[in-house]
Amino acid sequence: MSDKLLTVRDLKIGARVYPPGEKPHDIEIVHGVSFELEKGKVLGLIGESGAGKSTIGLATMAYGRGGVEITGGEVWVNGREILGTRLRDLRKLRGTEVTYVSQSAAASFNPAKKIMEQVIEASVHAGKFSKKVAEARAVELFAKLGLPDPETIGNRYPHQVSGGQLQRCMTALALCPEPDLVVFDEPTTALDVTTQIDVLMAIKDAIRDTGVAALYITHDLAVVAQVSDEIMVLRMGDMIEHGTTDQIINAPVEEYTRDLVSVRSRVHDGKPPTENPVMTIEHITARYKGTNFDVLHDVSMELHAGQTLAVVGESGSGKSTTARVMTGLLPARDGQICFDGRTLSPDLAGRARDDLREIQMIYQMADVAMNPRQTVGTIIGRPLEFYFGMRGAEKRKRIEELLNDIELGPEFKDRYPAELSGGQKQRVCIARALAANPKIIICDEVTSALDPLVAEDILKLLHELQERENVAYLFITHDIATVRAIADTIAVMYQGRVVRYGTKAEVLSPPFDDYTDLLLASVPEMRLGWLEEVVEHRSMESAGN
Amino acid sequence: MIRIPPAALFGLFFTGLYFLMAIFAPWIAPYSMTEVVGGVWEPWSSKHWIGTDNIGRDLLSRMIYGGRTTIFIATMATIISFTTGSILGFTAAVIGGWIDQLLSRFVDLIMSIPTLIFALVVLSVMPVTLPILILVMGLLDSTRVYRLARAVAVDINVMDFVEAAKLRGEGRIWVIFREILPNALSPLVAEMGLRFIFAVLFVSTLSFLGLGVQPPNADWGGIVKENKDGIVYGIPAALVPAVAIATLAISVNLVADWVLNRTTSLKGGRG
Repeated sequence: MSDKLLTVRDLKIGARVYPPGEKPHDIEIVHGVSFELEKGKVLGLIGESGAGKSTIGLATMAYGRGGVEITGGEVWVNGREILGTRLRDLRKLRGTEVTYVSQSAAASFNPAKKIMEQVIEASVHAGKFSKKVAEARAVELFAKLGLPDPETIGNRYPHQVSGGQLQRCMTALALCPEPDLVVFDEPTTALDVTTQIDVLMAIKDAIRDTGVAALYITHDLAVVAQVSDEIMVLRMGDMIEHGTTDQIINAPVEEYTRDLVSVRSRVHDGKPPTENPVMTIEHITARYKGTNFDVLHDVSMELHAGQTLAVVGESGSGKSTTARVMTGLLPARDGQICFDGRTLSPDLAGRARDDLREIQMIYQMADVAMNPRQTVGTIIGRPLEFYFGMRGAEKRKRIEELLNDIELGPEFKDRYPAELSGGQKQRVCIARALAANPKIIICDEVTSALDPLVAEDILKLLHELQERENVAYLFITHDIATVRAIADTIAVMYQGRVVRYGTKAEVLSPPFDDYTDLLLASVPEMRLGWLEEVVEHRSMESAGN
Repeated sequence: MIRIPPAALFGLFFTGLYFLMAIFAPWIAPYSMTEVVGGVWEPWSSKHWIGTDNIGRDLLSRMIYGGRTTIFIATMATIISFTTGSILGFTAAVIGGWIDQLLSRFVDLIMSIPTLIFALVVLSVMPVTLPILILVMGLLDSTRVYRLARAVAVDINVMDFVEAAKLRGEGRIWVIFREILPNALSPLVAEMGLRFIFAVLFVSTLSFLGLGVQPPNADWGGIVKENKDGIVYGIPAALVPAVAIATLAISVNLVADWVLNRTTSLKGGRG
């Protein structure tokens, strides 16, 4: 195994779990995974949450996070078995031979120290480079990763650069000590699609130029297809399939892999708008309390019964703020909201209970959208009681109907949110919204915290419910694939303005305005070579300007 | 079957013992509280298990009755401080704005005056009766509870499920008692154990200084005061109430810790 940089053989990892109401016990979360990695190659680890991707990634540094413990197998790095080694030797390995890039750079940098100090820390501490050499190398890396002002950016503090830039700084941090292996743990998941491209390209170039080997962990197959040579598909701690990127994308063998490849290919034929919109918002301008600038400028939209209006844009574009204005949580400064032919009060307190009932909301994080101390029955039952005065047997029957609607059994009534999976939680939130019999449901990034396959099921469920209940959705998302799967009408938002509005066919076909073009081109596509095409396309455009 | 850790078991045993003794004092105490039954500072004997006090009353009987007073006052004061403190704290957090400012600044003002001095001033002006003593202690302590309750509720108030309740059109009463209170209970219960102990120490301090429970009634602080001169002659009578205060404090805290551990799981479980 001399030319193999990393060999993992029959790796088994266990953890201690603390289920509510039961005794803590040990479970195995990775069941004997083996793989090898040569110098200069990139292996993509892909799978849903709980598949063991990150755990395996960290195990290549002989580290177990939280209560996680490596219980069996071997990990060889540079011809040495590292699992049995002492902590002192591991310390030399970590941060110099093997380095790690985490998902949230913002949470991983120390906010009180300058970036440069943190980037060179490992190299200097391990005695690999002197401070001067390490700094020169860091500047070189900053330039290579396309960061602005590479000479001086290291003097800034983490909060003084943007999220995408910080993620690139973290990549520089990982590459600075000239490691042999870098573990990238979802490095672009928290970024906007438009930023994601820059970071991906920077990572890809850096890997190529430095000849470093990498493990690239993500749940997004389209992303991993752009950067890796090989892909390993994991599910619940087992290896499902391992092959070259080309084979996995174009000729997957296992059914699970096929599902992953074909996910998000759902297309929904947009319906034309009806005569009478159920809600219109006109020329809305809004600002947050205590600030002196508007976050929404002259926003107008229409919602039609039984149809979906998708609002797309990157974070900070005003998507969620628009939803808050509609619900009355943030009273608009100017403009009006018409519902069913009458004008609604801009303020929550000024609306009648029945108006509140008609507009329901589903949140991104189902975890915090439900009171952890209430049972599912209470959560779904309260709107029934509150709006329709239902009690006793009548209420119980309706709760069971609703649970049936969201494809959960009646036994879920007595469960607490902590006892549900992510997808189940989101289903309960959908049931709570449905319980009010609303005309409008606002879905704020409802699928972005879920695994792709689970998200697809939720979209399907939402679609079926819409067909049956004729409810209008305002669907907020940053994901174009989701938009394709559900929207009838689309509003593209950028910096608090609607930059493009129309039926799905109109918005998604050329000619595009600059921003929509950028947004559409930035959505990762599940094929090889896509990243290069986009970057070329972009550089041609900027040359033309 | 719930498994109770040994520390909590120890705490439960002593807390239970003290509370039972307080409740059934008239049936347990061998003598009356005020009756002189022997010589001054008699040593421990089969007649007087822990001796007699500075004027020859049975110390065990006085301890049992004194414990009743101490625990009663501390419990009532804690209940008052928690009801006022947490309700005001939650209200301030939920309503916000100038009501929150007004309440919070007022509480800051009260807290800027040392509690003991404030209590001494008030009690030297007012007649020292049990209800007044309890009220003064409870209200002074409620400022601490207010700060904690408000801090906890502010965090919960911005959660999506509270927003969902407000969007539904729920009134403040529902939001405070059904959405916030169940989630704020864990830190409050832990604080309650601690506050109860502070109340015990506070009433003991006041009695020791002569502004608490008035003779011939006594609480544990008062018994320390009556017998403190005995220490000079090597008589341990003053140490008995001190030990009682200490064991009560420790055992209540052990119980509170256990309750806190059980009600907070990493996943926000149920209580």
